[in-house]
Amino acid sequence: MNAMNGSILTLILLVPLAGAILTALAPDRLKLPNWIALLTTLVTFLLTLHLPAHFQTGQSGFQFEVNRLWIENPAINYHVGVDGLSMWLVVLTGLLAPVGVVASWNAIKNRSQVFYALFLLQQTAMFGVFISLDLMVYYGFWELSLVPMVILIAMYGRKDGPKAALKFFLFTFIPSAPLLVALLWLYARTGSFDFTALQNAIAHGWFPAAGLYWASLAFLVAFAVKVPVFPLHGWLADSFSEAPVALAMIIAGKLGLYSMLRFHVGLFPEQARMLAPLLIALAVIGILYGACLALVQRDFWRLMAFAALSHLSLITLAIYGLTLTGWQGAVYQILNHSVVDAALFLLLGVLYDQYATSQINAYGGLATKLPRTATLFVVASLAMIGLPMLNGFVGEFLILSSTFTGVSRGWAIAAALGVILGAAYMLWLVQRLFYGQTSEMAQAKPALDVRFGQQAVLWPLTLLMLVMGLAPSLWLAAIQTGVHPPRAGGVAAATQSVLPISLHGEDLR
Amino acid sequence: MNALLHLWLIPLAPFAGFLINGLLGRKLPKPLVTTIGLAAPLVSLAVVFTLGWLLPAQAAPLVETCPQPWIDAGLLHVNFSFVLDQLSLVMLMVVTGVGFLIHIYSVGYMGHEEGYARYFSYLNLFLFFMTVLVLAGNALLMFVGWEGVGLASYLLIGFYFERKSAADAGKKAFIVNRIGDFGFLIGMFLLLANFGTLTFSEIGARLAANPGWQGGVLTVTALCLLLGATGKSAQLPLYIWLPDAMEGPTPVSALIHAATMVTAGVYMIARTHVLFDHSPFALGVVAVVGAATALLAAAIALVQNDIKRVLAYSTISQLGYMFLACGVAAYSAGIFHLMTHAFFKALLFLAAGSVIHALGGEQDLRKMGGLWRKMPVTFATMTAAVLAISGFPPFAGFFSKDAILFAAFQHGELGRALWAVGLFTALLTSFYMFRLWYLTFLGEPHDETGHPHATPWWMLGPMVILGLLSIGGGWIGIERFGALLTPATGKPVEAAGGHLELLLTGAAVVAGLLGLLIADRLYRQRPAAARELAEALPHGYKLLVNKLYVDEFYGAVVVKPLQAISKFVLEWVVDVAVLGGAAWLLAGIATLCGAILQRWQSGNLRSYAAWLAAGAAALLLFVLVPWMSVLTGLSLIHLGVAGH
Repeated sequence: MNAMNGSILTLILLVPLAGAILTALAPDRLKLPNWIALLTTLVTFLLTLHLPAHFQTGQSGFQFEVNRLWIENPAINYHVGVDGLSMWLVVLTGLLAPVGVVASWNAIKNRSQVFYALFLLQQTAMFGVFISLDLMVYYGFWELSLVPMVILIAMYGRKDGPKAALKFFLFTFIPSAPLLVALLWLYARTGSFDFTALQNAIAHGWFPAAGLYWASLAFLVAFAVKVPVFPLHGWLADSFSEAPVALAMIIAGKLGLYSMLRFHVGLFPEQARMLAPLLIALAVIGILYGACLALVQRDFWRLMAFAALSHLSLITLAIYGLTLTGWQGAVYQILNHSVVDAALFLLLGVLYDQYATSQINAYGGLATKLPRTATLFVVASLAMIGLPMLNGFVGEFLILSSTFTGVSRGWAIAAALGVILGAAYMLWLVQRLFYGQTSEMAQAKPALDVRFGQQAVLWPLTLLMLVMGLAPSLWLAAIQTGVHPPRAGGVAAATQSVLPISLHGEDLR
Repeated sequence: MNALLHLWLIPLAPFAGFLINGLLGRKLPKPLVTTIGLAAPLVSLAVVFTLGWLLPAQAAPLVETCPQPWIDAGLLHVNFSFVLDQLSLVMLMVVTGVGFLIHIYSVGYMGHEEGYARYFSYLNLFLFFMTVLVLAGNALLMFVGWEGVGLASYLLIGFYFERKSAADAGKKAFIVNRIGDFGFLIGMFLLLANFGTLTFSEIGARLAANPGWQGGVLTVTALCLLLGATGKSAQLPLYIWLPDAMEGPTPVSALIHAATMVTAGVYMIARTHVLFDHSPFALGVVAVVGAATALLAAAIALVQNDIKRVLAYSTISQLGYMFLACGVAAYSAGIFHLMTHAFFKALLFLAAGSVIHALGGEQDLRKMGGLWRKMPVTFATMTAAVLAISGFPPFAGFFSKDAILFAAFQHGELGRALWAVGLFTALLTSFYMFRLWYLTFLGEPHDETGHPHATPWWMLGPMVILGLLSIGGGWIGIERFGALLTPATGKPVEAAGGHLELLLTGAAVVAGLLGLLIADRLYRQRPAAARELAEALPHGYKLLVNKLYVDEFYGAVVVKPLQAISKFVLEWVVDVAVLGGAAWLLAGIATLCGAILQRWQSGNLRSYAAWLAAGAAALLLFVLVPWMSVLTGLSLIHLGVAGH
């Protein structure tokens, strides 16, 4: 198997791409596109499992690396590899793909070959983002990840797809342009798009400080929109309401957060340190703002959107806290949040497919009619609100405790208030959907509990929440080799003097 | 020690019970569900008592640590470690002993309910988390149990989830507890920041090495932990969830909301007592909170008409006594009262459940009466419990309450003032308990209560055992009990003070007798007198009946404003008007460009792509410049501020 180490990442990129082409050509009969997509995603998932199986935990730096010249001028290399930071994110992407196919199985009724082809293309793009170490290639995948999303939201929106797609497009494409400009500026000065080369060049002061500041800002804005960070979250609620479930569960969070870790703080440590106070403040505002708005939503997609804003802001807080424990918590929490969100979206999709409404008030008392849906939803909600023994708690605790001890007590306390509000809106949602008297709408229609296929992904996801809550070391062991928050007073002593803030505490190993 | 006896068996057995009944219970035959549901706590009980037998009184704690760490990230190392010392042993005996009895009782009480397996799986889940809480060797593992029992409580309060009031009560309990948990969480962060560890023994060792370290950050930490304790143990200002929690099945009220879970706060303070010992101020706060809660809840209990709510307020009040004991550093007295209270309060709830069961669900005291003839066993056991809680010798409650009042009296001026509060509360306690007793069992039977159902022995058996414990559970005496706990709570009980002690004991007994006499006068001799009294004091009566309007106060000051601000300010103004408006401005311009371009294009998908691209291209220049400069401006301002 070790012979595969050199080609595994390329395979992970190519299999979904091949699946996409195959699906696009397949006739839309007998659920053939569905089956091809399912098979493709399962094979891809198995391939991604090769990474943790052969990952050298004790070793930092990139593994499974491939670096070949692709285009001579401009110098673009096919350079891919994973480290502790990105390895589990690749596996996560692989895991969520079949979940997305199952979630779409019955929901997508027409033009399913288009849907699944674009869905698989989106998978390729996301893998590309996580493994690319050449910034131009990375940028290509980053843009590619946006295109299928826009088209699918426009085509398969529930009520007003085009409007939501336009909003998503405007918010995400426009900041990509300055990202490209900044990239080209970096290239113009070094003649390389290579991540490590650029990182070294920046660390050794090849660039003027002012230019670096603007470049880092361009990077940051592009990523912050995608996370999203308050106040750039305008696209989120509409996209959650309109996007098919399979896409809603991957649209926010991990791409932007990973990019922040690798390509914002990773490339521009000094600039990131300068911007950190602003980002920390925005993150805490986002936590509380998202939670407050989730509290008053009447539509469960929108509620999930603001809940996501709140939870993703917690991860942003950890990233810009720049502490070691916080970064481990951040990466772990990206995994946790994605797993829990996937389960919740799938279950809400089950409800939406049957009752065709996302108005929470129309529901009620479904626990007697849909006991399995209710049980699975309650467990996922508890994981989301950070009940110990389930996965959300470990990440939250790592993030909040490291913020408290290493960054700022005030911000940590404010962020912890989100914990209370999180319980309030999630439990209220559970109550309004599943408890109380059975609503008229629920009485009027026969109800189908989660099907076999859905159970086949939901129970493993639930088990995963438990295992991730009880044995986080299984994941953290690899993660901690890949996270290196910039050290205070580390790299460039010249720029140190203009740094107004000092991040003390544990970031020195 | 015996190689087969592992501490982890104690929580594991109920967890297995939870998994089996929770996942398969619906398909299993009912006797099997019962067997599994009862076997789980029985295993824990057997292990606890065997270990208790083997653990010598003065021995060092028994520690078991899982070789794999739970969390190992950066500077944070947390293990799954269980500690059995004298304190956790006593607590475990109460939890598994009373827990097992209530499991047996539940077989009779819940026999005809739907969701029988679900009920037992939740009950086992509760025991799992409760034993984890008690055995935990570090604060984070304790927090696991802490939140977990909250979850079990949430599920069991909302057991009849079709009832909106039940679902509401479950949610309220969870959220109010979360406010307390917030304090616990911040307390843990402070421990991490100042001690670098969450392990109790290491914190204790570090404090022992620095005896001069007093107050300051220790006070803040202790107060944060206290906030957690007030949530779980329903003390001021977070007691509001417990009365509503009575929506759950009555055995649940007995186990979780009277005997065990709500005492977790007291246990936590005793477990972290070294912190409190280093902060006289925090101890004072604990004592004042306890005494104030005891008095307030007892006052509210005077006028409640729902039998379970009287008992709920009584629980809050008695927990206040335990806090008072901890606040005067008499931890062993607090734990002593925790134990005797578990006996008689569990019994009170079970007897009340027996009455409710017999009357087909009736909970209103005003519709009861004359039941003593028809329910002799319930009557006899309930009488023992009432005498115990009212503090009459030689019943269990007498010894523990006396120990608390005595310790308070010896604790300086503040202690003496709180002693007076405690004494007056004892009078109120005796009064409201005998009021309940008179209204339920004596007087004229009502028509509706003509033919009560017989109570099965599944229910009567545990009541009789708890009745015996309510009588004899305190005979061990505080001296011996305190000596037993000394290795864990580290505070030898002060020597009895001869005449003074006799005097104080006499005062407590007189207070109890006075309460009895007033209740006798109002509810036996002149039944109309109670109403007249209420009419004579309309304001006070209304205030108490409405529970001092605390719920309304929180609603008006916290919940409503939060919702209103979220809805009107944050959502409508910020999100829709400001941020949404900005976004729509962009979208509008883009659509305009798109519409112009669309004239030259046809075909659905392509035209989308075209006008999306065109719109973006046009906007790029307009948007980029101001957007970037705003962000930069903001950060520069921030840097400027931070720089000075």
